Amino acid sequence: MIAESGHYALVLALGLALIQSTVPLLGARWRDVALMNVARSTALAQLLFVAASFAALVTLHVTSDFSVVNVYENSHSLKPMIYKITGVWGNHEGSMLLWVSILALFGGLVAAFGNNLPLSLRAHVLAVQAWIASAFYLFILITSNPFLRIANPPIEGRDLNPVLQDIGLAVHPPMLYLGYVGFSISFSFAVAALLEGRIDAAWARWVRPWILMAWIFLTLGIAMGSYWAYYELGWGGWWFWDPVENASLMPWLAGTALLHSALVMEKRNALKVWTILLSILTFSLSLLGTFLVRSGVLTSVHAFATDPRRGVFILLILFIFIGGSFSLYAWRAPSLKQGGLFAPISREGALVLNNLLLTTACATVFIGTLYPLALEVLTGEKISVGAPFFNFTFAPLFVPLLLAVPFGPLLAWKRGDLLGAAQRLTVAGIVSLVVIALVWAWTYGGATLAPLAIGLAVFVIAGALCDLAERVGLFRIPLSISLRRARGLPRATWGTVFAHAGLGVALIGIVCETTWNSEYIGEMKANDVAAVASYQLRLDGLTQRQGPNFREMVAQFTVSRDGEKVALMTPSKRNFTTRGASTTEAALLTRGASQLYISLGDTAADGSIAVRIYHKPLVLLIWWGPVLMAFGGLLSLSDRRLRVGAPKPAKAAARALQAAE
Amino acid sequence: MTLWFVFALMTVAAIFAVLWPLSRSRPAGTGGSEVVVYRDQLAEIDRDMASGIIAAPEAEAARIEISRRLLAAADQSESEGPAKGNLKLRRMAATLALVGLPAIAASFYLTLGSPRLGDFPLAERSRVVDANQPLADLVAQVEAHLEKSPTDGRGWAVLAPVLSRLGRYDDAVRAYRNAITYAGDSADRRADLGEALMGTAGGVVTADAKAEFERAVAQAADNAKANYFLGLAAEQDGRKADAAAIWQGMLAKAPADAPWRPLVQAALVRVGGVAAPALPDGAVAAAKDMSETDRNSMIRGMVDRLATRLKQNGDDVEGWLRLVRAYLVMGERDKAISAQADARQAVAKDAERLRQLNEGLKNLGLDG
Repeated sequence: MIAESGHYALVLALGLALIQSTVPLLGARWRDVALMNVARSTALAQLLFVAASFAALVTLHVTSDFSVVNVYENSHSLKPMIYKITGVWGNHEGSMLLWVSILALFGGLVAAFGNNLPLSLRAHVLAVQAWIASAFYLFILITSNPFLRIANPPIEGRDLNPVLQDIGLAVHPPMLYLGYVGFSISFSFAVAALLEGRIDAAWARWVRPWILMAWIFLTLGIAMGSYWAYYELGWGGWWFWDPVENASLMPWLAGTALLHSALVMEKRNALKVWTILLSILTFSLSLLGTFLVRSGVLTSVHAFATDPRRGVFILLILFIFIGGSFSLYAWRAPSLKQGGLFAPISREGALVLNNLLLTTACATVFIGTLYPLALEVLTGEKISVGAPFFNFTFAPLFVPLLLAVPFGPLLAWKRGDLLGAAQRLTVAGIVSLVVIALVWAWTYGGATLAPLAIGLAVFVIAGALCDLAERVGLFRIPLSISLRRARGLPRATWGTVFAHAGLGVALIGIVCETTWNSEYIGEMKANDVAAVASYQLRLDGLTQRQGPNFREMVAQFTVSRDGEKVALMTPSKRNFTTRGASTTEAALLTRGASQLYISLGDTAADGSIAVRIYHKPLVLLIWWGPVLMAFGGLLSLSDRRLRVGAPKPAKAAARALQAAE
Repeated sequence: MTLWFVFALMTVAAIFAVLWPLSRSRPAGTGGSEVVVYRDQLAEIDRDMASGIIAAPEAEAARIEISRRLLAAADQSESEGPAKGNLKLRRMAATLALVGLPAIAASFYLTLGSPRLGDFPLAERSRVVDANQPLADLVAQVEAHLEKSPTDGRGWAVLAPVLSRLGRYDDAVRAYRNAITYAGDSADRRADLGEALMGTAGGVVTADAKAEFERAVAQAADNAKANYFLGLAAEQDGRKADAAAIWQGMLAKAPADAPWRPLVQAALVRVGGVAAPALPDGAVAAAKDMSETDRNSMIRGMVDRLATRLKQNGDDVEGWLRLVRAYLVMGERDKAISAQADARQAVAKDAERLRQLNEGLKNLGLDG
């Protein structure tokens, strides 16, 4: 009964979404309050039914009901409880159900907490949200139904892909989906604004928290996924420019641009049409990401062609939503009122520069990801666009962006003073030059670019701190007053400081890890000693162990430094019988922000084992950076004050202003 | 019955969600407006100035800008006029909810769902169907034993088919290989190994599986399983004529009462060879001389007779399976499905027969 009720709840959710996508629009057209309010109750009811459906699927996985195809194919009665639960979204059907659940969650949140929105805007937003939801309910029910049954249930399931049997699966996909799907709200707001033909600073104030929330989750989701790949795949790499990763990076880049342009719009009523475009673009990239990951087109264009039902369906959704929203944009955007004016050198100007660089970076990732696919479809030739392409295109775009980051917050709204901002950044510049000199001296004869890159990172961090010092008048007025001012600063300002500093922190980690990474790869026998960086690692021996649904071979290493024992490390190799697959469980030893990393390879006939040992200096900074950024976002989100950008009044000789768009 | 009751409750709840806002004469809350936001922004400027974040001239400039927006927003909301009710539209929406929602839900659910299937949580099943538990224990015991003495060929030979039946094909493949290594090679084991390999590939005769079947045939030329699957391999490769030739050869050499005869005959019909399913030999001989139409009408007559017989006495599981298979072969999938439903109904009271029936239907590829 649980399976069938869950199935029926999903069908009802589709019915409600269809009503929610039409009735409120009629209400808005004829200005009928009751009809517009239908959007609200149906959105909440939809959330209720989808949640019930999701809960039903979780229950089926937990109780190992193998009469459900989805459970049979992806679960196993011996799997630990946590992986029975996370296995729900470790497969195609379940993850699509999670996707619509989160979509319904956001719809429900707008319905529940959108009391400050004008009725017709809320009705429009929820109706657009319901269009997306209807499309995906249909997709799930018709092509990827998680509730299909087997009349003759088998006794045992086929188990989850062992790589996914990890705590990372519990956190990474839900986070990522909260981010992806969160941008659907800004999309719905944008389409609603186009339908209503009205857009102003108030619109940006209403949509900002949603953008920020989605951005925070996406940031954490990407960082989490990268760390997961780092410790689970056993290669010690943390970013592969893999299409799946790029699929999440593209909405992040566009979303970051959106975040900043929405800020300009809220504070200054400028960049309105551009913000709408970015909202549409960001969610379109989220949809594209879903298509890339879910249609199987990445495994092989041919695999996609042999079972094209899913792929074609998502492609259709993609065409309707992206094509439809861009056509609507092309049709309605010219009729929107132009926004405020500003000088090229101003806070607005800096944010436009940020937007240009971010969207260009996004475009290069887009090309690098889709070009190989297009080529394979057209000519059948298989090429792979790897790290070199991205390093050569992405880095030149990010260097000017990072250089500009500290300047932005120091410029005044409407008309800024570049020289003044530069003067205030002198300290940051000097600090970074000193750091470059020190690093260069310390690693004399080594990489040339690395000290410069670290200097850039330090400049970003110091620049963020300079901004803070400037605002509280540090060293210019008594310290006690400065402290009081710091407490009085809006949390949004602190958020900016943290987020920008996080960027620098992540860059330091990336540079150190890629430049000064040392490794040992070789065969080791019991009691062999390997030396990596300043550590000695002795292989004590190999033992076999039985896990709940796997057998593992555990190697024990004693780590010592200068003859002193530091720790024991136990990397292992697991063999999962049901799927006949094995995984490597790397052992990580954290020392400060640096890590020692051991992963095991194959055993040879003479009892020796292939071992890869890495010492990765300051590697953890790569993930602390995004966490800092997300924390900054959280601070800004918690600041419920309104944002006002006070313009710098024009001097006697007014400078030439130019239109925002 | 409970299930339909739950469905009805859920449907009512969903309809209620649509009707509730429609039924309220004075809707609560008319929503916010831009005006509110700009007023709050004006208040914010005062706060910022008081705490010294912005200076007086800047605050003044900002105030002027926001006041302008405030005026524009106030104008706009005035020009729109008050909200009004539209009774006709509300009635339409209510009808949509009352009729459309159940209609959509029913049409989707009845095509996709399986309302007759209950839940089968594992804990429940092992309590009810006691027969499975000892089997799982037994398999675990044998596996533990073989872990310690991996050269026990007889053990592997016993374990392998059980693993295959449990659907643990990867393990079954390993077990068969070990059985062949330690307990000796034989045509049957090779054929079974090939079948397990097919299991790992989801029913596709892979190159590995085919190699095993060929080894089996090399040892015993008339090994039925290996020959049948070699035919299937030919069919999957698109060489229908070869498949038909292999299967025809099997039928020609086989004894009349071979249990796999109907299966091979059905396969033969599928690739466009001769022979209708499950006909007595005499009838086949007669059918050979007939024209296409005559043959079809003869087959149809036999199938109809079978259907009538089963309507009167539905206990014959084999008969039901033959009927469903016959419909499938004749390309009448609708009839096959309805026959399947009839069959389920007819044997529903007898759990053992129902199990046999389901097993058989699954083999026919109708279920699962």
